[in-house]
Amino acid sequence: MATLEIKDLYVEIEGKKILKGVDLTINTNEIHAIMGPNGTGKSTLAQAIMGHPKYVVTSGTITLDGEDVLEMAVDERARAGIFLGMQYPSEITGVTNADFLRSAINAKREEGDEISLMKFIRELDSKMEFLEMDEDMATRYLNEGFSGGEKKRNEILQLTMLKPKFAVLDEIDSGLDIDALKVVSKGINDMRGEEFGCLIITHYQRLLDYITPDKVHVMMQGKVVKSGGAELAHKLEEQGYDWIKEELGIEDETVELEV
Amino acid sequence: MTVETKLALTEQDVRSYSAKMNEADWMADFRADALVRAGQLPMPKPDKTKIDKWNFTEFPAHTVESTVYASLDELSEEARALVDKEQQNSIYVQHNNTPAYLFLSEELKAKGVIMTDIFTASREHSDLVKKYFMTDGVKVDEHKLTALHAALMNGGVFVYVPKNVVVEEPIQVLFLHDDEQASLFNHVLIVAEANSSVTYVENYLSTVEEAKGLANIVAEVFTGDNAQITYGAVDVLAKGFTTYVNRRGVTGRDSRIDWALGLMNDGDTISENITHLVGNGSHCDMKTVVVGRGKQRQNFTTEIVHWGTDTEGFILKHGVVKEESTCIFNGIGRIAKGATRANAVQESRVLMLSERARGDANPILLIDEDDVTAGHAASVGRVDPMQLFYLMSRGIKQQEAERLVIHGFLAPVVSKLPIEGVKKQLTEVIERKVR
Repeated sequence: MATLEIKDLYVEIEGKKILKGVDLTINTNEIHAIMGPNGTGKSTLAQAIMGHPKYVVTSGTITLDGEDVLEMAVDERARAGIFLGMQYPSEITGVTNADFLRSAINAKREEGDEISLMKFIRELDSKMEFLEMDEDMATRYLNEGFSGGEKKRNEILQLTMLKPKFAVLDEIDSGLDIDALKVVSKGINDMRGEEFGCLIITHYQRLLDYITPDKVHVMMQGKVVKSGGAELAHKLEEQGYDWIKEELGIEDETVELEV
Repeated sequence: MTVETKLALTEQDVRSYSAKMNEADWMADFRADALVRAGQLPMPKPDKTKIDKWNFTEFPAHTVESTVYASLDELSEEARALVDKEQQNSIYVQHNNTPAYLFLSEELKAKGVIMTDIFTASREHSDLVKKYFMTDGVKVDEHKLTALHAALMNGGVFVYVPKNVVVEEPIQVLFLHDDEQASLFNHVLIVAEANSSVTYVENYLSTVEEAKGLANIVAEVFTGDNAQITYGAVDVLAKGFTTYVNRRGVTGRDSRIDWALGLMNDGDTISENITHLVGNGSHCDMKTVVVGRGKQRQNFTTEIVHWGTDTEGFILKHGVVKEESTCIFNGIGRIAKGATRANAVQESRVLMLSERARGDANPILLIDEDDVTAGHAASVGRVDPMQLFYLMSRGIKQQEAERLVIHGFLAPVVSKLPIEGVKKQLTEVIERKVR
């Protein structure tokens, strides 16, 4: 079992304090969902875990099986087993999806132990079929001209090909129609198991109809204010967030606007 | 401004060189006349680059003698890699200033296709060469460097494709430079008659540490009605060369000239690539990639002039500038009065990899007609940190991520080169230059 542990995390962006003491522990074989209204720091948490250069951790720790994640460069975090499914994946002209994936897979392997082309193609083909992606998506330039849904599917393709220990999925469900949502959920459920833990960030209960979370957390004002099981997501869907605000005496749940 | 320049060669010198190369008689007069003009004409004035201190007129030797090749197996390993091993395409190899190897398939010969060194061409195909050589394309008296080129031309090739002939396989030309004393005054003349088509690919490969000579290169490309020429080039001239390279196209009706140029020189370079869309309904696509490094100063002017109606021109230039080098990109779309329904589009992108590198993209539209469409996009920037973050978030190391982004940035042009070996070479040169 592997553990990703976040303790008392404070994060700023361009001098604005966004996260104000986040505590969260995720084990493999667990799927956590973070819910919460806009502007409460959810995406900031995702970016800080991956090491986005604009997000500055001012105090607190993130560890992966006791190893200090904050000391690692972005690529080292990825090679240690952390994956971020991005809300807005970059488009990169001239680099094909397949070449990119192969570079990423080989980055984790030792020199001389690169994945064979045949094996890579076989695996790519089967994952793409599983995710109901057009064949030409492999040879198209990375995310270039992809629709919103195609980009999200492509994030899940990368997830299933790279097989990280922990995935943080930042609004992987926004902008998806119901068919795409089912496919994306299928991809995530397929990863479920002893070797994999996941943190899903979402506004909507809808995704959680297809992926049953083990734990649900609510973020407000830059920290986790409430945690529970899958039933918490249902309660939020039915009743919204006001009852939590009342319970905790919160008037404005947002931190400064997320960037 | 007229500046009298003392030139290294006299009229007698150019006449006796012409005789030695066994050229047509008119060529000797042509050279002698050009030499006089070269002494009087002003230098060109590339926009935004001052070249009055650059040396374009002094060089150690007008010609050097080099070996010829009995077969392609005698080429250096580097040169050999450029040639397709699977099948022998038609190819001309020039070794410094010496025509060194020529192979034109029997099939093409039978169809009337001509490929030969420029000296032989002036003699054996005198009328054709005389019709096109520095008349409607690049004119002798444009400025000092075109006149000097005409007077001192010491290499080059003539390619002629008759009416209705489609040349399926690319024609390849290698200009090999391995003598630091050599200067290159090469002239390429390509004529594709009506309804014909040909793909021409040239490589400048310079393997000396530091060249002492000059390069003053002119290419003229003509399409007849409904003809097509695809012109690919990879220039890799060594440090030390001061290069003036002028590649020019003139189109017939409904014809098409496409350029894919990888300009990878390591010396100071002035490059001009202009296409005149003369024929109605003709089309030009110009793709250029450039990498500047060290203290290189380079100026690239790319221009499409629309004379005919319904003409279309697309300019796409991508440049990477690093260290302390300077790259100026002038992109010009010119639409003459009467060129109705012309469409002039251009895009220039410069990626700067260091604080002291300088890149400048100047898109210019000059339009004298109302019923036209035109557009331009230009940007000068650095590697997008979000792209790097994205790639690195998948475990790719920073250096490799940068490499991917740079290659990707140049790929739209690189991928258009028609010969696999040449594409591979360009990719490798880019790799070497951006590392």
